Amino acid sequence: MDVSIAGILLLDGVTNGAVYGLLALAIVLVFAVTRVIFIPQGEFVAFGALTLALLQLGKVPGTIWLLLALAALAALLDVVDALRRGLPSAQLARIPLRTLVAPVLVAALTWWAAPLKLHLLVQSALTLAIVTLLGPLVYRLAYQRLADATVLVLLIVSVGVHFALTGLGLVFFGAEGFRNPSFWEARFAAGPLAITGQTIFIFVASIALIVALWLFFGRTLRGKALRATAVNRLGARLMGISTAGAGRLSFGLAAFIGALSGLLIGPTTTIFYDSGFLIGLKGFVAAIFGGLASYPAAALGALMVGILESFSSFYASAFKEVIVFTLIIPVLLWRSFQHGHDDEEE
Amino acid sequence: MKTIRLLALAAAAGVGATFAPQALADLTIGVSIALTGPTSALGIPTKNGIALWPKEIAGEKLNVIVLDDATDPTTAVKNTRKFINEDKVDLIVGSVATPVAAAMADVAAEGKTVQLMLSPVNLPEGKGAWSFRMPQSAAVMAIPIVEHWKKNGVKTYGFLGYADAYGEAWLKDIAPLAEKAGIKQVAVERFARTDTAVTGQALKLMSANPDAILVVASGSGAAMPHKGLVERGYPKAKIYQTHGAATMDLIRVGGADVEGSFVSSGPAVVAEKLPETNASKKLGVQYKTEFEKAYGKGSANQFGAHAFDVVIVLQKAVPIALKKGKPGTPEFRAALKEAFETMGRTPVSQGVLNWTATDHFGFLPETGVLLKVAGGDWQVVPN
Repeated sequence: MDVSIAGILLLDGVTNGAVYGLLALAIVLVFAVTRVIFIPQGEFVAFGALTLALLQLGKVPGTIWLLLALAALAALLDVVDALRRGLPSAQLARIPLRTLVAPVLVAALTWWAAPLKLHLLVQSALTLAIVTLLGPLVYRLAYQRLADATVLVLLIVSVGVHFALTGLGLVFFGAEGFRNPSFWEARFAAGPLAITGQTIFIFVASIALIVALWLFFGRTLRGKALRATAVNRLGARLMGISTAGAGRLSFGLAAFIGALSGLLIGPTTTIFYDSGFLIGLKGFVAAIFGGLASYPAAALGALMVGILESFSSFYASAFKEVIVFTLIIPVLLWRSFQHGHDDEEE
Repeated sequence: MKTIRLLALAAAAGVGATFAPQALADLTIGVSIALTGPTSALGIPTKNGIALWPKEIAGEKLNVIVLDDATDPTTAVKNTRKFINEDKVDLIVGSVATPVAAAMADVAAEGKTVQLMLSPVNLPEGKGAWSFRMPQSAAVMAIPIVEHWKKNGVKTYGFLGYADAYGEAWLKDIAPLAEKAGIKQVAVERFARTDTAVTGQALKLMSANPDAILVVASGSGAAMPHKGLVERGYPKAKIYQTHGAATMDLIRVGGADVEGSFVSSGPAVVAEKLPETNASKKLGVQYKTEFEKAYGKGSANQFGAHAFDVVIVLQKAVPIALKKGKPGTPEFRAALKEAFETMGRTPVSQGVLNWTATDHFGFLPETGVLLKVAGGDWQVVPN
């Protein structure tokens, strides 16, 4: 081990850490607003990377069929709910429309654009649109009715959603992996370090997203409403904030962050339909650093996870995952000494 | 909740559909392979190969039951018990994953039914008396690699392999061969298929400065470590891959970074490029033509070839076994095992088999072919 090796490992660790950090932010956000421990976060990463890969091949990605199916189901549920509440038929017609418009538009656009093999950035934008729309629909179908259930029930649902999405991923994308083209092919030499354009892209995108989220939560009404829901659901509801709307919004953000992470790491590694799970899990370990509540601590944790992973792959590659996931034990110990057991009260 | 219940119903209906009615006199084959889970990339092409099996073998109507084991040993054991106790199968085929196939071996032996493994499983002494392997062992496939090293003056090599049974088998089997040729192992590094990078491993390997690096992985999973090594500046022409990676997926995902690298492979994948003297050429070409006619150009890989080879060994062994008993009886099952062990040298599309009572791997040293990636395709390296 010399300085140049340490430098390369550090750079690699921080790059991966940046992606884990984004996922950790999404996991913290979803948990704070809805109390859902969102295990399927990683699936959005795989969906993002693989949807783009299929668009690159000029094929229509299977995710749009999932999007349409989920939207149709959600619309159906909305109508049933409206009928139960006895809404007048004029309003009734508008309800499914609201749920269906965006998914149908995006699906139609993708179906039309897929064989044209448009520019990489256009395809990326389409990919982001498809996967982001999946988020609120997943919340609507799997979680919304259970919004007041215990954290444990929500966790069990998460496991179910994870398995369902992984299985669907196998159907849509097949068992073989894909690697996406780089957004920026440039290479820069800084001493022994070779910094690729994609690495810079990852850093810039991560920082831009964190700033955007900070502005969103600090400056916009919707962002403040999300924060209010996170602090006190009942209180927020009394102030006229829709908790279901907040849930959908947070899942939409989580799906967007997941898809973006997928686009970012897609060119640096081979992504399989089931790759997302481990990546998401590392984001989860990072989120644990912040006790699933603090964004800065989660981001810091993500960098630690990335760097630890990178160095342990050098020193003891066979035990890399063991080392990374064992990290959770001292962190949990430390947190429980610091905070006692107040988390048990729901 | 409603959607979940619906999904469960749909799944139950799917499982029910696999219980097909069967007549007792037919030759019944139970196949348990991974159609989902981490090794579905191996199981799905195998299933495609099985779909091309003939209607009958040696005049006996073929009755094939395919079950998904989801790469889960427990499910595979359950499938195997069902095959033996309910379906009274004459032969078990599967699974494609090493730990899964190993778990099935005990049950097959207990039920005294022959198992044709679709994975090169190393079993401890005394285990697997009823289990035969269709894929080549690492020990056989390492031969062309070590030969090539010897010829090109390689003195040291590094190992970058899966942290699983496949990686372990290669690590164990290539060491004695290399040692005999005077080639030293200088670094051993591991990774997993779903890892996002091998930067650490690549740096460690390169600080040991080996003359060649062996990458042990399968399918498109073999491309990431390969690209990782090239990215760190390791020469492409010194990277060697194993038969698990000998699919077009390596070239598709690896692109320019795998150009000029070497892959040890069974003959089927490159059948048409083999010299006429190769015993597997005719069968390999037949397999490739049939498979690609059904599934498109470039779809044929070694996993489909193993399914093809199952038919070839059965066509040779079943007529022998039929003399001793009718399908569906314990006598036939025992006779089938004996026939496999005594039928002698048998060329298949993936090499030349010679199973004996003591050797259930059976591939002869002439089996392996060394390939070079050139112009986005395979090129046979003459030995």
